[in-house]
Amino acid sequence: MFHWFEQRPFFFAVLVFIFISFAGIIEIIPDFAKQARPTVGTKPYSILELTGRHVYIKDSCNACHSQMIRPFKSETDRYGMYSLSGEYAYDRPFLWGSKRTGPDLMRVGNYRTTDWHENHMMDPASVVPGSIMPAYPHHFTNLADVETAYGEALAVKNVFNTPYDVDLNGDGKFDVPLGTFEEASALALQEAKAIAADMKNQAVKDAVANGKIPEIVALIAYMNSLK
Amino acid sequence: MQNGAQIEYDYSIAKAFTFATILFGIIGMLVGVILAFQMAFPELNNLAGEYGTFSRLRPLHTNGVAFGFTLSGVFATWYYIGQRVLKVSLKESPFLMAIAKLHFVLYFITILLAVVTLLMGITTSKEYAELEWPIDILITVWWVLWGIGIFGLIGIRRERTLYISIWYFIASFLAVAMLHLFNSMAIPTGLLTGYGDWYHSVSMYAGSNDALVEWWYGHNAVGFVFTVPIIAMIYYFLPKESGQNVYSYKLSILAFWGTLFVYLWAGGHHLIYATVPDWMQTMGSVMSVILILPSWGSAINMLLTMKGEWQQLQSNTLIKFMILASTFYMLSTIEGPIQSIKSVNAIAHFTDWIPGHVHDGTLGWVVFMIMAALFHMAPRMYKRELYSKSLMDTQFWLQTTAIVLYFTSMWIAGITQGMMWRAYDEYGSLVYSFIDTVTVLQPYYTIRAVGGLMYLIGFFMFAYNMYKTATCGRVLDKEPTNATPVAA
Repeated sequence: MFHWFEQRPFFFAVLVFIFISFAGIIEIIPDFAKQARPTVGTKPYSILELTGRHVYIKDSCNACHSQMIRPFKSETDRYGMYSLSGEYAYDRPFLWGSKRTGPDLMRVGNYRTTDWHENHMMDPASVVPGSIMPAYPHHFTNLADVETAYGEALAVKNVFNTPYDVDLNGDGKFDVPLGTFEEASALALQEAKAIAADMKNQAVKDAVANGKIPEIVALIAYMNSLK
Repeated sequence: MQNGAQIEYDYSIAKAFTFATILFGIIGMLVGVILAFQMAFPELNNLAGEYGTFSRLRPLHTNGVAFGFTLSGVFATWYYIGQRVLKVSLKESPFLMAIAKLHFVLYFITILLAVVTLLMGITTSKEYAELEWPIDILITVWWVLWGIGIFGLIGIRRERTLYISIWYFIASFLAVAMLHLFNSMAIPTGLLTGYGDWYHSVSMYAGSNDALVEWWYGHNAVGFVFTVPIIAMIYYFLPKESGQNVYSYKLSILAFWGTLFVYLWAGGHHLIYATVPDWMQTMGSVMSVILILPSWGSAINMLLTMKGEWQQLQSNTLIKFMILASTFYMLSTIEGPIQSIKSVNAIAHFTDWIPGHVHDGTLGWVVFMIMAALFHMAPRMYKRELYSKSLMDTQFWLQTTAIVLYFTSMWIAGITQGMMWRAYDEYGSLVYSFIDTVTVLQPYYTIRAVGGLMYLIGFFMFAYNMYKTATCGRVLDKEPTNATPVAA
């Protein structure tokens, strides 16, 4: 039977395609809708947090840090409550990582502060002696790209109905406001000022005071949001 | 052709891709060695500002070796093997020749764009699919061109039955096309909303779904770039170089169709204990173990091809390369399933055992097989004798030692780290803080870096040997003799 196929390239290719697509059809398609439900309390990222998430991605933090706490005592003791699928409902892309050269960061916002991150990103070994993490001084000088984050938030709001500008908890206010680009930028700057107030680096403080947002501020906003 | 009339094969495209293989191999592996030294000596992160950090170089390494080096090798061998087993020359069809040239040019541009954008930090973050959508579209274009090349050449073939290598090339083409298209689905946010970078995009899938699609892709991109086309190579070059027939047709069939069916299920083993449904994790685990059968089927078929001719291992370095490659394939395809068993995965996942596993597969199997293939092709493409057999032999032993250093150090590092993460003292507290589990690995990272450096030196020997063969090897008046398959 196989010999028949080996002389007929078209049917051979069709048979190959059936063999390789089988797993995807059974595994991936049926579960899609079910997985996308957020857990109660899970909210989309604010613009500043999303901007910080882009910094995280730009410098491949996920190459060395996971965001996936497995259901083992040794992991929940170290990192906190194990991860739930719904907590990732608004993560596009997912950032679970595949290697822990450094520790998991799924709930790093629960146990690290703005101050800690500021020192750590400038010189990791000054906070964690023996650390092999690179220093990221360029995060203190490069400006964050709020506009791209706004474009992304607007796109996911329109295409996937991600709940920006929605009152989720029924208190009469939008949980995560987005609005126009001007409104969103103003809000991001307001958040940035709150973070810069806890920082020591004068150049960063000055930049924020002048309405600019260095990458480090956005990154710390994102880190602090991971809970 | 049976009646003696030789077909004049055209190797211009194969030669171009051979050049690309060596070039991207040097770049990709050099970056890999830098990364390895950075893990042992973190000060090395600061040599080139933000562009020299582990952050930016890591995706450059994986993309460089997977899509620069390995894919070039796959294309180089396709443009060599395809003509010879289908018994038709590229020259006979100006159309296919033009497609092939365009394929090379667009491919080369893509890899250069990948280097630049990854260094700039433009990445989707999805492993082995880091490139943004404009480059993804470019990839799709030349992948389709390759497909036209494959089926076009098949369409004008003189040999009616498709040789095994062709099966594997077809499978590789179809599977990667499917995986690439589905995994790269994204919304270009800049274009859609008018805000932000035009090349930025956001994944079509979110959270656990995204992870599922990504690892369905990630695992099988490995399968259909690092495994399937490499098997295509060994099915052609080992019988050709040794003059032996492939051991068993039945085993070939079992291994081929088995690999296709089972491989695609195994992606779930990257997500064990993660937040994807339990049955998928279990399927990933079970199917990974079943995958031993077709994998070892191919490997055993190759080893038994040498039955009765094992003395060739002593006399022919190329046979040595290929036999060691099949052996590493066996090692890697038993190691992977072991790591997929849930209780083992609990320790192995997230540790250095995983890069260890990847590298005994890639360094031992993929790179060895590609180098052996190009060594076999060189005298036939350039019509010159191989420049130095003793250099080849030295390279073989240097690189074999390098691989052993690499994977043994990473096995120890991975298991050490996995065990330390879960160590409790008698009062029920964690024994080690995270940094303890990092500093303890320093000696192993150093050994790994040295192994990597030795391997890179071996690769330079290969590059030098190829260069010398192409330019100053002794001119051959006729092609070196060889036998099966499909004597051409």
